[in-house]
Parts: sequence; structure tokens; C-alpha cells
Amino acid sequence: MEQRGLDPAQAGARPRRLAGLVLLVGLLAAVAVLSLVVGARALSPAEVWQGLLGDPGTDQRLTEITLIVQTLRVPRTVLAIVAGVALGVAGALIQGHTRNPIADTGLLGVNSGASFAVVLAVYLFGLQNPLQYLWFAFAGAAAAGVLVFGLSSLGRGSGNPLTLALAGQGVTIFLAAMTTAVALSDKQSLDVLRFWNAGSVQGVGFDVIGIAAVFVGAGLVLALLNLPTINLLNLGDDVARGLGVNIVAGRTVGVVAVTLLAGAATAACGPIAFLGLMVAHVARWMTGPDYRWLVPYAGVLGAVVLLAGDIAGRLVVRPAELQAGIVIALIGAPFFAALVWLGKFRQA
Amino acid sequence: MSTQMHPGVRVAGWSWVWRPWIVLVTVVLAALTFLVFCVSISVGDFTIELSAVFRTLIGQGERVDEFVIMDLRMPRALVGLIVGVALGISGALTQSIARNPLASPDVLGITGGASATAVFVVTASGGAAVSSTIGLPAAALTGGLLTGLLVYFLAWRRGIDGFRLILIGVSVSAVMQALTTWLLVLADIRDVARAQSWLVGSLDSRSWTEVWTTLWITLALVAVVLVIAFQLQPMHFGDDVAAGLGVRYTAVRAVLLLCAVLLAGVAVSAAGPVPFVALVAPQITMRLLRSPVPPLIASGLFGALLLIGSDLIARIVLPNDMPVGVVTAIIGGPFLVYLLVRANLKRAA
Repeated sequence: MEQRGLDPAQAGARPRRLAGLVLLVGLLAAVAVLSLVVGARALSPAEVWQGLLGDPGTDQRLTEITLIVQTLRVPRTVLAIVAGVALGVAGALIQGHTRNPIADTGLLGVNSGASFAVVLAVYLFGLQNPLQYLWFAFAGAAAAGVLVFGLSSLGRGSGNPLTLALAGQGVTIFLAAMTTAVALSDKQSLDVLRFWNAGSVQGVGFDVIGIAAVFVGAGLVLALLNLPTINLLNLGDDVARGLGVNIVAGRTVGVVAVTLLAGAATAACGPIAFLGLMVAHVARWMTGPDYRWLVPYAGVLGAVVLLAGDIAGRLVVRPAELQAGIVIALIGAPFFAALVWLGKFRQA
Repeated sequence: MSTQMHPGVRVAGWSWVWRPWIVLVTVVLAALTFLVFCVSISVGDFTIELSAVFRTLIGQGERVDEFVIMDLRMPRALVGLIVGVALGISGALTQSIARNPLASPDVLGITGGASATAVFVVTASGGAAVSSTIGLPAAALTGGLLTGLLVYFLAWRRGIDGFRLILIGVSVSAVMQALTTWLLVLADIRDVARAQSWLVGSLDSRSWTEVWTTLWITLALVAVVLVIAFQLQPMHFGDDVAAGLGVRYTAVRAVLLLCAVLLAGVAVSAAGPVPFVALVAPQITMRLLRSPVPPLIASGLFGALLLIGSDLIARIVLPNDMPVGVVTAIIGGPFLVYLLVRANLKRAA
């Protein structure tokens, strides 16, 4: 779907956008290194490097460093990147498909759906291991997301920020009450729930991250294939149809991609709201409305913000930690309020 | 709305329109609420005959019944009644002001703020606050009120606009949810259980002290609302018409919204954040009364009916003493979905 030469203003845009993307990836690398260095026990970059290389020999101190780096710092950094990319891309994609500026995986009720499924799994089947309830979280997230998305796009609801916000909020309140009802009958579910609910990239093993990464990978491929179609769909359904786009197929691929990405990220780290919304808006501000650029920007930005949020969470209440999901909500909600206040959202 | 003419009535400077249907439905609602109230009192570990309940209520009952009813069951039922009225009216006010059928104290962040403060008090005091009758309700009330004011001021930009109010409310709710989650992570598991049962809204073990505090505050607020509500009517036609009819709409809206926030705050502090009552009650009442706008008094009555009815269901039907909030969520969730779908399909038509 090349548009070369169509618009003189576009001529210089491509190298500039590419440079911006490279710059963002560089930033991501820097934050990732920071994430390996910062923590309850501060390590120097040299020590991290040694820890990464492994082979501690007999040195007691080096063994400890290797352990910290390889079993704690590396997994959480990798997960933050995987989940951040997934949520960023999902946020941008969902905004593109709904033409709704407040579309966000958290606001869509995805998180509460996953919470409810996790609590049910723990309560009914006594599951203990995140590897086991990962699947339930994924299913719950997908079901709630599709429900709210479907509800709010019936008739002329799509594109109206208010409908989506209220549908999401309503489903969230409903599922939260159900979740509480189950958790109240069973102390073990309650204990699992409260930690899961905080949304953290910490303490997740590579077994879980591996499965999540496979889903995220599949979602990313679908998302990238979907990008040119979104640009056309945003011209309006009639125009898109006239240009030969299969609308139903285009929307379906988009929804499947969003479900895979958001479901996998939520299943692995728990609820993280507002991340997709924030980065999608920042990415649009950087690139303009061309989704072929907007979505990759949003993905990289998502990883940067989630990693930064995780690092900030390790620093603010040392030696304890503030979960990344909470940090992101505390930054993201005021960001959202500011957008509202500036009149960035319009009632359809 | 029926197109037939209704006669106007004028008594000493006050005038209103005589609408028999509205009066009839309101009276039936009141009667039904009273009936469910009595049934709720009669049902328990051992059942008291309805006739015995009536006799005790007018002061002619037997000693045993009197003890069980007046000391054990009455406070619970009364708190349910008052909280239901407060939530119903609060919901009707917020829906009128935001001009959106889906606006409710849940969405506007009031319940979220009250919850965060209450959980903070529970976890910080090591659970001691739960047993005290003043600490937790007062904290919840303060938290709800402050959050409501915060939402109002954040949404203020040369006046209040319903659209901005709701979206700001949603974002403030999210912050409060994040804070609540964080507090729960830090807390001891026993406190978490206590906080969690409070968080879903419950009428368990209420005392007469709570009944009186809640009653007086609610009555005072309802009185203020009813006096000012006269000015609310023209505002449904839009700000310009209201201003032309001599309504100072900014002031009226501010006072009514404050009352709505306070009513919701009182309700939350008495029973915890019972979900959806404030959303559902005005909407169903509107349909029952065939009224184009959420009616205040009837919404209050229906709120009470919904709350004590749900509490009854929670006690009789559900296993191991589920809190009332679970039932209202089961009723309210699908109803919200219905409202959304209907609104969207209507817009499409």
C-alpha cells in the first residue's frame, strides 16, 4: 500500500519517522540496561555483565549476582518488554478499529475479566501455579474484551467515547463484585487475587513468559498485516469498500490481534490499565494518523513506559516495591484526565 | 409521555401539574417497599409471622418477637431502606445533571474514593476500625466527599459538562482502584478479608446508632434536594432555556451535585459500595412512571425496594451469607448491558 509521491509533505516524513523509531529503540535498550542495574540490591553494569555471562566459578559474591541477574532481573525485564510492546500495539490497534480515542484494554474490562477467571480457577480447581491459571486469565480477558467491544460497537455506538467508557466501567463493576463474592468464600483465592490484581512483571518465570511471547508474536504478525487495512478503514466503510477492502475480514483480523496481544500480556502480568491508551496518543502525536508508523511507535513506547514504570516502582518505596500496574495507573489516569480536559475527546 | 392534558393545581404560590399515573405508581411503590421491608424482618434464623411483624411495628407484639424484631432485625432493614433511598435519589440527580442515563456515583468516582479511604483505615488500624461504629463510616464519607469534589473541580472548565464529568470520573475511579489494590497488597491477609467484605457492600450487623446517623443526614439532604429540585426541571431543556426561565443553572447544578455526592457518601459509609443501585433505580422508575427524566422521590423508593429486596434474596437464596452487593451486581450488570444496547440501537434507527 505505497503512497509515495502522493503528498509533498510526506516526502521528508519517511526518513524522519524511521530515525524517530530507531531513537526510540535506542531509548528502550537504555531503559532495559537500567532495569538490569536498578533494584533492591544495586549492581554496577560490570557486575550485571558478569552475571549475564554466567559461570560464576566458586566466587560466593559472583554466584549471588548471577542468581539475581538471571532469575530476577532478566525475566522481569524481558516480560516488561514483551507485555509493553503487546499492550502498546493493542492500544493503538483498538483505537484505530473503534475510531474511539479512549479505547484501552484496561477500560475495556479485559483486566476484570482476567481477574474473575483467575479467581474462579483458583477456587474451583485449586490451581496454584501461574503457569496453570495463565490459560484462564487469557480466556477471561478475551471474553470480557470481546463482550465490551461488541456491546459498544452495536448500532451507532462505535466511535462514541462515552459508550465505550460506560460499557467498560459497567462490566468492570459487575465482574469485580462477582470476583469479590468468590474471593470471600475462599481465603486462598483472595490471597492469590490481591497480588495478581496489582499487575506486576516481577516473579514470573521464563516458562510463563515463553507462552505469552508466542501469543504476542502471533498477535504482532496479525497486527502488522492489518496496518494498511486500518488506514483504509479509517476513510470510512464505504470508501474502504470501494477501494476493494474486505471490511469484515479486516475488522476480524484486528480484533483477533488485539485479543491475542492484550490477553497474553494480561495473563502474564495481571491487569495493567491505561498503558495502551497513553502510548497510542503519544505515538499519534509523534507520527500523525498513518497507522503503519503509529502502531510500531506505540509498541516500542509501550515497552519503554512499562519498563520505566517497573523501575520507578522499585525505587519509590525502597526496599519494598510498587507494582508496575499500579505505577502505570497512577501516571496514566491523570494523563487521561488531562486529555479530557484539553478537549481531545469528542462526543460522537 | 402521554399527550393528554393534565390539569394544573395551584396552592398558595406553589403550582404543579396533577398527574394521576405518577401518584399511583409512587404510592404502589411505597406500599411494595413497606411489604418487602416487613418480609425482610420476618425472615431469619427463625421465621416470625407477617401478622406478628405488623403487630410489633404498631407496638402490640409479644415480648419475644419485640426483642428479635426491634433489637436484631430492624436496624438491618432500616439501614437498607435508608441507603436504598439515598442511592436512588443520588443516582437520579447525577443522571439528570450529566444528562446521561449511565452516570452514577460508581462511575463518578465517589464510591471509589470512599472505598480507598475505608480500606486505608481498615489496613492501617489493623482491623480495629471495623468494629468501631464511627471510624470507618466517617472515613468512607470523607473519602467519598473529597473524591466527589475533586472530580467536580477537575471537570470544571467554564462550567460543568456531563460528558467531561463522566470521563474525569472514570479516570479518578481508576486512580482510586489502583490505590485500593496497592493497600490490599501491603495489608495482612485477615485485614484484606475484612476490607474485601466491606468492599462489596453489606448490611450485616447494623446497630441503632448507625440507623439514626444515617437517617438524619439523609433526611436533611433529601429536604434540601426537594426544595431545589423545583429548579431542576427547566434544566432538562438545556442551559439556555433554563437561564431564560430564570434558573441560575451553575449554582443549582453545583448544589444538587454536592447533595448527590453527599447522599452517595452517606450510603457508602453505612453499607459499603453497593454496586448499581444508583444506576438501575432511576432508570427503571423512569420507565414505570413513563417520565422523560429520572424522577426523584420514586427513584428513592425504588432504590429502597431494590436494596432490601436484594438483601432478602442474598439471605434466602444464596449460600453462606453473601453480601447484598453481589445480588445488586447480578441484577445491575445485565440491566446496564440492556440500557447500552437499547441506546445504541435507537441511535442507529
